[in-house]
Amino acid sequence: MDFMNWLAAMPGAVAQGMIWGIMAIGVYITFKILDLADLTVDGSMVTGMATCAMLMVNGWNVWAAMGVAFLVGMVTGVVTGVFHTVMGIPAILAGILTQLILWSVNLKIMGKANQALPARNFDVLVTQLRKYESLVYLALACVIIVAALYWFFGTRYGMSIRATGCNEKMSRAQGINTSFNKVVGLALSNGIVAFSGALLAQYSGKADISDGRGAIVIGLAAVIIGEVIVSRMGHNFVIRLSGVLLGGIAYYIVYQTVIFLGLDTDLLKMLSALVVAIFLAIPYLKKTYFKRPVIEQKGEA
Amino acid sequence: MLELKNITKIFNPDTANEKVALDNLSLTLEDGDFVTVIGGNGAGKSTMLNAVAGTFPVDAGSIIIDGEDITKLPEYKRAKFIGRVFQDPMTGTAADMWIEENMALAMRRGKSRGFSWAINDKDRRIYRQMLSRLDLGLEDRLFHKVGLLSGGQRQAITLLMASMNHPKLLLLDEHTAALDPKTAAKVLTITKEIVEEEKLTTIMITHNMKDAIAYGNRLIMMNAGKIILDIKGEEKAKLTVEDLLNAFAKAGSDGAANDRMLLN
Ligand SMILES: Nc1ncnc2c1ncn2[C@@H]1O[C@H](COP(=O)(O)OP(=O)(O)OP(=O)(O)O)[C@@H](O)[C@H]1O
Ligand SMILES: [Mg+2]
Repeated sequence: MDFMNWLAAMPGAVAQGMIWGIMAIGVYITFKILDLADLTVDGSMVTGMATCAMLMVNGWNVWAAMGVAFLVGMVTGVVTGVFHTVMGIPAILAGILTQLILWSVNLKIMGKANQALPARNFDVLVTQLRKYESLVYLALACVIIVAALYWFFGTRYGMSIRATGCNEKMSRAQGINTSFNKVVGLALSNGIVAFSGALLAQYSGKADISDGRGAIVIGLAAVIIGEVIVSRMGHNFVIRLSGVLLGGIAYYIVYQTVIFLGLDTDLLKMLSALVVAIFLAIPYLKKTYFKRPVIEQKGEA
Repeated sequence: MLELKNITKIFNPDTANEKVALDNLSLTLEDGDFVTVIGGNGAGKSTMLNAVAGTFPVDAGSIIIDGEDITKLPEYKRAKFIGRVFQDPMTGTAADMWIEENMALAMRRGKSRGFSWAINDKDRRIYRQMLSRLDLGLEDRLFHKVGLLSGGQRQAITLLMASMNHPKLLLLDEHTAALDPKTAAKVLTITKEIVEEEKLTTIMITHNMKDAIAYGNRLIMMNAGKIILDIKGEEKAKLTVEDLLNAFAKAGSDGAANDRMLLN
């Protein structure tokens, strides 16, 4: 391995890692806060990419394009949320259905399977052609998103969303509309995912219908890696979210390294999935196979 | 205050497992009533409480609180009128959230939540004060996750939460059944204190006949989805376990279902 080449690839890896870290924060909201596995993201990621690319190609300003991508992403989350809460479809299935809907929608948005968004011709915010400048913008985006979410989930309403994911029965007994909160959480999550898609389209200079394939796995990987990284740093929400971002960055550094080591890139998705599978299995395996007999302790008030 | 008019609830209708859990049940509570409810397993006690709380829709009848018909109101909207403590200590609180967060959630029950910061120092002072009355040392543990507490501690906190904002109705479904006897006694004492201080209209299900007699001003016995005994005031004060057992035998309910009652 040529170390200098590897080093030169690092800024790009970090930039991509931040973009996917933002995407993973969306996954964190559903998977960790709402306790829902939402597969909409494979579609909403591309919806964000396609929306941003098409608007910019049609002369829109980059900020407006990213804002609209965020809003359209929220709508995709509402669709999954309504499938789940109003129509009673299990969350995983609801997400898969929306994902499939979005495949068609995304093709319609772009009018074809991919759309170029070359940084030379468009006034994009982030691009692999200007890595260091992009890193600054991405870092700024990360700070703003983490701060906004810290505020949101610290408000009375935001806290009721956290309660919804933690204990639904208790939440309803405390007057919380859990169905509505799930829809809002899914909307927020997919809005953020689509926003990261908008960044990715700019950064890579294109939007492709299949770019979102397996996004959920990368998002989960980032969430899980992030948890490991900050596990000993307390339970502060800012630290948790920063951990997810770091998880995304770590994922892409490993990804780059593996490529430099000459591993067949065709195998990367499989390896990612296996790593996620192992980490997801750990709590269960611990409980099932490594459980020491415990003496039942009655609660002493 | 609370009126149940001809409530019927049938689980799994039109199947082999059809079960009439509430059979044309009517009940009227006066303001400040503290009703204890006993009855064998499957008598319909929990179903009655859940019907009031709105866990599921009823098949017939109406539920009225202070003149307002709440039969069609979803569970989360009824929470405005109702505080609840469940049998399982895990159910009443959010385990992954702090004590103060749980209390903050309960503090807004029945009110709009909005986007102001959820907890400030003034709130904390109030929570500390409320917790210190429990005498469990919880006032110094506002930042502890509720999941780390014992069952008794959790039930005590759930009680505090349920009684916040003076609910019109407090529903307790065997809320001490999962606790060891000493803890159960303590939680019951706290219950009595809160109910009396706040003058809460309360329904408490229990499997302990002595408790059913000792607490409250009214006692209801249920069997097969019906109220088969309803004793108030003076008469209740004179009640003995013996009386209850006789009433139970007279109702002709099947023996197997009553094992748990007889043991108490
Ligand atoms: N969700 C449900 N689905 C089907 N049947 C139910 C359901 N909930 C209760 N039942 C049935 O309704 C009947 C009344 O149950 P309920 O839980 O109200 O009894 P209970 O008086 O609270 O008894 P216990 O003392 O065991 O708590 C029982 O036969 C029970 O099996
Ligand atoms: Mg019961």
